Amino acid sequence: MIGGGHDSGIKKSNTINRRMFIFAAAKAVVFFGIVGRLFSLQISENKKYLTLSDKNRLREARLPPVRGEFVDYFGNRIAKNLTVYQLHVIPEQVEDFKTLMVRLKDILNLSNNNLKELIKKKNKQKPWETLIVSENLTWDEFSKINFYLHELSGARPVLTVGRNYPYNEIYTHVLGYVSEASVEDLVSNETIKDRNVPGLRVGKTGLEKALENELIGTNGVQRFEVNAYGKRINQIDFKEGEKGKTIKLTIDTEIQKYTYELLNEKAGSISVMDIYTGEIIAMNSSPSFDPNLFLYGIEQNKWKEIKKNPLKPLLNKTVSGLYSPGSTIKPLVALSALENDVITTNMKVNCRGHKHPLELYGMKYHCWKKKGHGYMSLQNAIKQSCDTYFYEAARLLGVDRLNETAKKFGLGNVVLGEYYNEKKGVVPSTKWKKQAIGQNWYLGETLINGIGQGYIQTTPLQLCLMTAQLANGGHKIYPKLIFDNKQESIEAIKQKMKFAEENKVEDINLLSATERLFRKEEKSYDVLYRNKENVKFVLDAMFRSTNEIYGTSFSSRIEDPKYQFAGKTGTAQVKRITEEERELDLKTNQIPYKERDHAWYVAFGPYKEPRYAVSILVEHGGSGSAAAAPIAKKLFKFIIDRHELREQNRKKYLINNNV
Amino acid sequence: MFIQSSLSDKSTFFQKLRSFDYIILLCVLILGIISSFAMYSTDGGELLYHSESHIIRFIVFFIMMIFISFINIKTWHSFGYLFYLIVLALLLWASLFGITAQGSKRWINLYFINLQPSELMKIAIIVCFAKYYHRIQVSNVNSFKNIIIPILILVLPIVLVVGQPDLGTAILIALSGIIVLWLAGVNIKYFFYSSLVFIISAPFVISFLKPYQKLRILTFFDPDKDPLGAGYQIIQSKIAVGSGGLTGKGFLKGTQGYLEFLPEKHTDFIFTLFSEEFGFIGSLFLLLIYAILIFRIIKTGASSRSFFGKFFCYGFGSAIFIYITVNMAMVLGLLPIVGSPLPILSYGGSSMLATMTGLGIVMSTKIYSRQQIS
Repeated sequence: MIGGGHDSGIKKSNTINRRMFIFAAAKAVVFFGIVGRLFSLQISENKKYLTLSDKNRLREARLPPVRGEFVDYFGNRIAKNLTVYQLHVIPEQVEDFKTLMVRLKDILNLSNNNLKELIKKKNKQKPWETLIVSENLTWDEFSKINFYLHELSGARPVLTVGRNYPYNEIYTHVLGYVSEASVEDLVSNETIKDRNVPGLRVGKTGLEKALENELIGTNGVQRFEVNAYGKRINQIDFKEGEKGKTIKLTIDTEIQKYTYELLNEKAGSISVMDIYTGEIIAMNSSPSFDPNLFLYGIEQNKWKEIKKNPLKPLLNKTVSGLYSPGSTIKPLVALSALENDVITTNMKVNCRGHKHPLELYGMKYHCWKKKGHGYMSLQNAIKQSCDTYFYEAARLLGVDRLNETAKKFGLGNVVLGEYYNEKKGVVPSTKWKKQAIGQNWYLGETLINGIGQGYIQTTPLQLCLMTAQLANGGHKIYPKLIFDNKQESIEAIKQKMKFAEENKVEDINLLSATERLFRKEEKSYDVLYRNKENVKFVLDAMFRSTNEIYGTSFSSRIEDPKYQFAGKTGTAQVKRITEEERELDLKTNQIPYKERDHAWYVAFGPYKEPRYAVSILVEHGGSGSAAAAPIAKKLFKFIIDRHELREQNRKKYLINNNV
Repeated sequence: MFIQSSLSDKSTFFQKLRSFDYIILLCVLILGIISSFAMYSTDGGELLYHSESHIIRFIVFFIMMIFISFINIKTWHSFGYLFYLIVLALLLWASLFGITAQGSKRWINLYFINLQPSELMKIAIIVCFAKYYHRIQVSNVNSFKNIIIPILILVLPIVLVVGQPDLGTAILIALSGIIVLWLAGVNIKYFFYSSLVFIISAPFVISFLKPYQKLRILTFFDPDKDPLGAGYQIIQSKIAVGSGGLTGKGFLKGTQGYLEFLPEKHTDFIFTLFSEEFGFIGSLFLLLIYAILIFRIIKTGASSRSFFGKFFCYGFGSAIFIYITVNMAMVLGLLPIVGSPLPILSYGGSSMLATMTGLGIVMSTKIYSRQQIS
C-alpha cells in the first residue's frame, strides 16, 4: 500500500469509514426531516395550502345587477334598461397606467380634468378593482376602442345595461331617478352594500329609492383563473344574476303626459285618483326636470340651473308641498257642521260686503266678494264660496270638531306614506296649538280656519284623497300607486261600501285596535260620516258650484253628462291682505309673482256616476276659478275618454271575491 | 497486489461492462426522464426552449458520463490538481471577463455553452482534496502544513465565487470541501472552533452582505412580512407544494406553476413544480431514487481499494446529498433562499456537466475498483 505500510492504511481506512458513518447517520436524520416537512405541507396542511392556491388563481368578478323596470298601467315601459357601452380598466392588469391613459385620452378626447379625476379615483381604490374610464360611450367611440384594443392592454370595452327614462321629465316626481351609489347609500342600505359594484346605479329619490331592494336585482358572478400577473386566463364559472322586479304602476302615461302639458311653464300639481280603488292615475308636480341627466353625473351648470329655478323643480309639490287649502276646505267644513248638528241646511247668514265685515273682538273678517253675497243658504254659500257664511259656520262648529272630520277624510296625515318624503301637513286643534306653538287657541283663528286659511296646511294629494272620499259617498279608500294583480271589481267595492254603511259603527274610535287592523287588511271601506244625507248635500252643492249660474267654476263646466263634473274652487292667500291692498283690489298680474294667491280646484266626475277625483294646484296662479278650474275642464274630458280603455285593462286582473 | 492491479488493467471490455454500475445508470436515467417531464411542464406543456435544450443536454452529458466511466481512475488521480487549477483559472476568467446576468458575473461564453465554472468547482474541489489526502497518513492530517494548504485550496475559489457574487454556490463549494476534510480525519475541534467563530462572526458577515442577500436571510425568518416582495418565493413555493397533497394535481395541471406564481420554476424551484403535480407520493419516489443513487455512490466508495476513490465517492455522494437537501429545504421553507440547483433535475448546463462528470468518476471507480494508485 501507500507510505507507512499496511497498518497505517487500515487506520486511515477506519478513520474514513468511522467518519462516513457519523455523517451517514446525520444524513438519515436530515432525510427524514425533509420527508417530515413534505408530509406536514402536503398531507397535514394540504387543505390550507389548497385554499391558498385557489385564492391565488381564482378571481371572482361581480357583474352589476340588472335593475327592474317600471311599467305604467298599460304595461308601457316608463323606466327601462338600455345597452350602454363602457370602458373599464383594471389597474393591476395594466403594465403602464400613464401611457394607457394618455392613449385613451387621445382616442376618447378626454379633457385634462377627466384624466386627473381618473388618476385620483385609481389611487383611491384597490388595484384589482375595476376603474370605469367612461360610463357611456357612443357607438363610434366604442368601435374606436375596439379597433385599437391590441395596443390598449388592460382596457376592457364592456357592454352593460343602464337606466333610461323614455318619457323624460313626465315621470320624474313619481319615479325619481338613479345615479351612482354614494357612500351614504352604502351605509344606509345593506342591500346596496351587499350588491355594490363599481359604477352601480341606485335610486336617489322617488320610487326608485323607495323600492330599491325590490328593483336592484342580484349580481351575476364570473369566476375565472388568473395568472401571477392577474391576467385572466380562462373563465371557469358563470352565474347569471337575477333581474330586479318589474314594478307596475297605476298611472296612465297618456293622462300623466297630459297633466304635464296642462301645467306647462307653471308651478303646480295635478293629481287624479280613482275614487273606489284609490289608484292614483296621474300625479304630477310642475316644473320637472329630465332624470336622464343624472344617470352619469349631471353637469355643474345644469344642476345649478335646476337648483336655482324659482319654480322649484326639485320639490315634489304633490306630496311634499304644503299649502293652505283655501275654499276647497269649505265642503268639508259644511259637512262637519252638519254632522255635528251645529247648523241646519236652512241656516242663513247675511254677507254684507267689505263695508260691513264680520267683527270679532275688534278684528274684521272679510268675504272675498267686495259687495257681499247677501243672505246665503249653506248650499249657496258652498256654490258661491261665501267666506262670511263659513266664518259663522266655523265659529259655531269650533276648531276641534272640524279637526276630527278633516282627519277622517285624510287631511293631516300622509297619503302614500312609504314611498316619498311625504308631508303630513297641519290640521289644527286647540291641543295641537298648545303642543306645537305653546299658546292658547283664539276664536279668530277658528274663523279663518273655516275658509282654509291660517294654520291649516295640506298637500295636493291630501285634497285629492279628501275629494275622492267625499265623491264615493263618504267611504274610506286606500290610495295606491303600485298596481297589484288582484283587482276587486267596482261592483264588489260598492257592495262592500253598502255593507259598511249598513253595519256602520258610529264612532270609529270605538273599534278595538285588532279589529281595525283586521278591517284594514280586509279593505272594509268604512263610512266616514254619521248621516249619509249630509254627504249627499255637500256633493250636490259642489255640483251647483260648477254647473249652475253664479257657481264659482260655472265658466269651466261641461254640459255633456258623460263628462259633467262637480268641484270646488279655492284661492289661497300666501300673505295677509292689508286694508290698503283691499282698497286697491289689484288684478293678479299686477301683484308680484311671489305674493299672488295659489289657485286650487278639487273636483270629481262624471257627476251621474262619479269615478275620478282630481286636485289641481297652480302656485301663485291667482283665483281658483280663473287659473285652476279651466284645467279641470280639459282634464276631465281627457280622463273620461280613456275610461273604457282603463276598465278593459282592469278586467284582465279581476279576482272573484265574496263580500 | 501488483498482480491484481495488472489484472484489472488488462481486464477486457466485456469484463468492464460486467462491473459497470447499472443501478446508478438506471437511477440517472429515471431522474433524466423525470426532469424532462418536469421541464416540459414548465414550458406549459409544449416542447419549447427549456425542455428541448434540457433533454439534449441530458442526452449529451449522459453519453459523456458513460465515456468517463471507462477512463481509468488513475488518470483522474494524476490530473487531480491540474483539473482544480484549470477550473480555478476559469473562475478567475469568469470574474474578470465573464458574462454578467442578473447582477452577477458567473458565466463564460464558450459559444456552444455558457459555462459556469463555479458549478465545476463543486467537483474539482472534491477531486483535488481526494488526491491531497490520498497520500497523507492519518497521523499527519492535523499537522500545521496539512491544515493550512487545504484551507488555502478551499478559500481561494470561495472568495472568487462570493465575489461574483454567488453566495449559494460558494456555500455549496465550501460544504463539498469540508466533507472531504472531515472524512480525512481533520480534528473535530477544528470543526467545532471554526463553527463557533462562524456563528459569532455571522452578524458581522451579514452586515457585509449585499442588500438583496440580507433581505433573503431576513425574509426566511419572516416570509409574511413582505408577501409580495422578498417573501413571495417562499410563500408561493410552500403553497404549491402544500396544495399538491397526497397524489398531486396531475401532470401539467399544477396551477401554481402553470399560472406563473412560481418563480425560477425551471431552475431552483423545479422540485416545487414536480411536487405540486405529483404530490407526496411523487416526491417520496423522487427522494427514493436520489437515496438509491447516493447509497450506490457511497457503496462504490466503500468497495474501492484506493483512498482516492474512497475520498471521491464518499465526498461526492455526501455533496450530492447536501445539494439535494439544501435545495429541498430551501423550497420547503426550511432554509433561506440561496441559489442552489437540484442535481440533474434543475435546468442548467454547468450543473449537469458537473454532476455527470462526478457520476462518471464514481462509475470509473467501480469499474477500476481494484486499481491501486501509488
